[in-house]
Amino acid sequence: MSVLVLMEGADDELSLQALTFARELAQASGDGAEPSAFTIDGPYAPAAFGQTVADLIGARAPRAVIAPGSERGNEVMAHAAAILDEPLSANTTAFEPGDPPTVTRVRWGGSLLEQALLRARTLLITVAPHAVAAQAPGVMPEAVPASGHALALAPTERVGASSGGVTLEEASVVVSGGRGVGSAEGFAIIEELAGLLHGAVGCSRAVTSAGWRPHTDQVGQTGTKVAPELYIACGISGATQHMAGCKGAKKLLAINADGEASIFAHADYGVVGDLHAVLPGIAAEIRKARGA
Amino acid sequence: MHVYACVKRVPMTGGQITLTDDQRAISTRHLGFTVSPHEECAVEEAVQIVEREGGSVTVLTLGPAESEEQLRDMMAIGADQAVHLVSDGEEWDPQATAAAIVAAIRSDPQPPDLILFGNESADAGNYQVAVRVAHQLGLPCVTGVKAINISGGRARCEQEVPGGRDVYDAPLPAVVAVKEGINLPRYPSVPGRLRAKRKPLAASQPQRPPARLEMLRLELPPEAGKQVRILGQGPDAAPAVVEILSELGVL
Ligand SMILES: Cc1cc2nc3c(=O)[nH]c(=O)nc-3n(C[C@H](O)[C@H](O)[C@H](O)COP(=O)(O)OP(=O)(O)OC[C@H]3O[C@@H](n4cnc5c(N)ncnc54)[C@H](O)[C@@H]3O)c2cc1C
Ligand SMILES: Cc1cc2nc3c(=O)[nH]c(=O)nc-3n(C[C@H](O)[C@H](O)[C@H](O)COP(=O)(O)OP(=O)(O)OC[C@H]3O[C@@H](n4cnc5c(N)ncnc54)[C@H](O)[C@@H]3O)c2cc1C
Repeated sequence: MSVLVLMEGADDELSLQALTFARELAQASGDGAEPSAFTIDGPYAPAAFGQTVADLIGARAPRAVIAPGSERGNEVMAHAAAILDEPLSANTTAFEPGDPPTVTRVRWGGSLLEQALLRARTLLITVAPHAVAAQAPGVMPEAVPASGHALALAPTERVGASSGGVTLEEASVVVSGGRGVGSAEGFAIIEELAGLLHGAVGCSRAVTSAGWRPHTDQVGQTGTKVAPELYIACGISGATQHMAGCKGAKKLLAINADGEASIFAHADYGVVGDLHAVLPGIAAEIRKARGA
Repeated sequence: MHVYACVKRVPMTGGQITLTDDQRAISTRHLGFTVSPHEECAVEEAVQIVEREGGSVTVLTLGPAESEEQLRDMMAIGADQAVHLVSDGEEWDPQATAAAIVAAIRSDPQPPDLILFGNESADAGNYQVAVRVAHQLGLPCVTGVKAINISGGRARCEQEVPGGRDVYDAPLPAVVAVKEGINLPRYPSVPGRLRAKRKPLAASQPQRPPARLEMLRLELPPEAGKQVRILGQGPDAAPAVVEILSELGVL
């Protein structure tokens, strides 16, 4: 049985993870033949890229097509699945052969896993980011020209390129405030600490819903997913949907007035107390340590 | 303009998810229900578009009888009418969900100019119902959208991508899947809630086709097994915090 891997580029990390997943799938369910990797050549147009995948399936009759669970990977594979009227297992973490095979996939942004039977002629699977570690060797993917599709739309321009400064996605320290911060003005101390640590400011959904911060600052399932060295959660209770956005952090420091808050179950370090007193104390101590 | 917005009832999980004994659902004994924030934004966007362009908003869900609660909530923030595809209590897979939505939209004597979705549902997160509906209806589709501008029979949609936003210019009718952040949904007012009780709701019971992505069981991901180290109480903890910052090399 043959396996195709849709890659966004030869060096793209999530695509390399998809390649590793495909190799494991090929080994588990048959001859272990090396999967064939491809990229799609042409300006990005979701429906046309989906048609390209559908055409390749028509021409080569693979048993499975594997793609990264990136925004584009999920989008292209959803179009391919819709065109072919096949099921799609999005954000998959594991595969078990069988008739039909069983997939494990993430729900609730990773707070829950689902095992499901995938009843398909061609298995269409996207791989959840970081579900497997990319393993050598890489490949030189074949560049397949994009097909046409009557409904295809392509972007006409790119706007709003980010304005410099440390972005949430890339920051090595994120200082996040929740409802416990109490007001938009209360974020001054969060900004001060983030500034001292050359980090970025984040927040919870309670904060964006109250209009204290823009949604671009929101960390979580429906906000930004961050992976800093250190995540400092101030006045945040630790709801599953918030944790879905910061579980990639190497270390988590929680500052919360309630010693029983569930955030402490996810934290490496904790301070119990009023953030309005704790944070100025930390800022002062940092200045002292730096001899300023 | 006639705008549809599709929403899905999901449990409002808190700090800890607990599963039912058969591991086929989240235990909801102590939980309320809601819709995904993306979908709440879809309804708000539909209402704002109709406030500017005129027309009406239909909110649609496929879900158990109790989902009427979510339809009334969405009518309280401005949707004009609701379509309830009453499911059998079983969960429907994305293909079945899309097929039921397509059939409902096709049978509407007033075809929509715009069909809005959330980018992914809060629970299953299959990222595909919107795309499937678009292909079956033969309509263009844009996903991951953070801004919509309607003008001259077209929808200018901004899709969030790393490093900016890609602009798609879609001819109407079109399917658009939006993300939280596109707007700040209003809170329902008391008169809004009262009006919602009297707004029209059309219920029907579609047949569920066999699942092709069939959920077997749910499980909680393995715990990181973290043991928190409490550095102290109140501002007295500051020196211990700074020591950790220095250990982690972020000072
Ligand atoms: C489908 C779905 C998606 C969601 N997506 C997201 C998302 O992307 N991101 C997100 O954040 N949420 C998301 N949510 C919302 C989430 O469930 C929580 O409601 C939200 O995270 C709570 O924010 P919070 O922790 O700031 O507020 P709360 O839960 O109200 O917690 C406030 C905390 O502050 C503490 N506190 C109060 N005063 C002080 C003080 N003076 N000093 C120190 N501590 C104090 C309290 O003890 C409490 O623990 C989503 C919900 C749903 C249903
Ligand atoms: C406890 C549980 C058990 C399940 N069991 C099964 C099972 O046995 N078999 C099976 O096949 N699947 C099962 N599922 C999967 C479930 O049916 C999916 O939720 C369904 O496939 C829809 O996909 P999605 O919500 O992830 O869509 P997505 O593609 O992620 O949703 C995108 C958007 O589509 C719209 N949308 C999605 N669903 C609806 C809806 N119902 N009504 C209106 N609009 C909607 C919303 O606007 C949403 O934001 C189960 C799920 C749960 C939580």
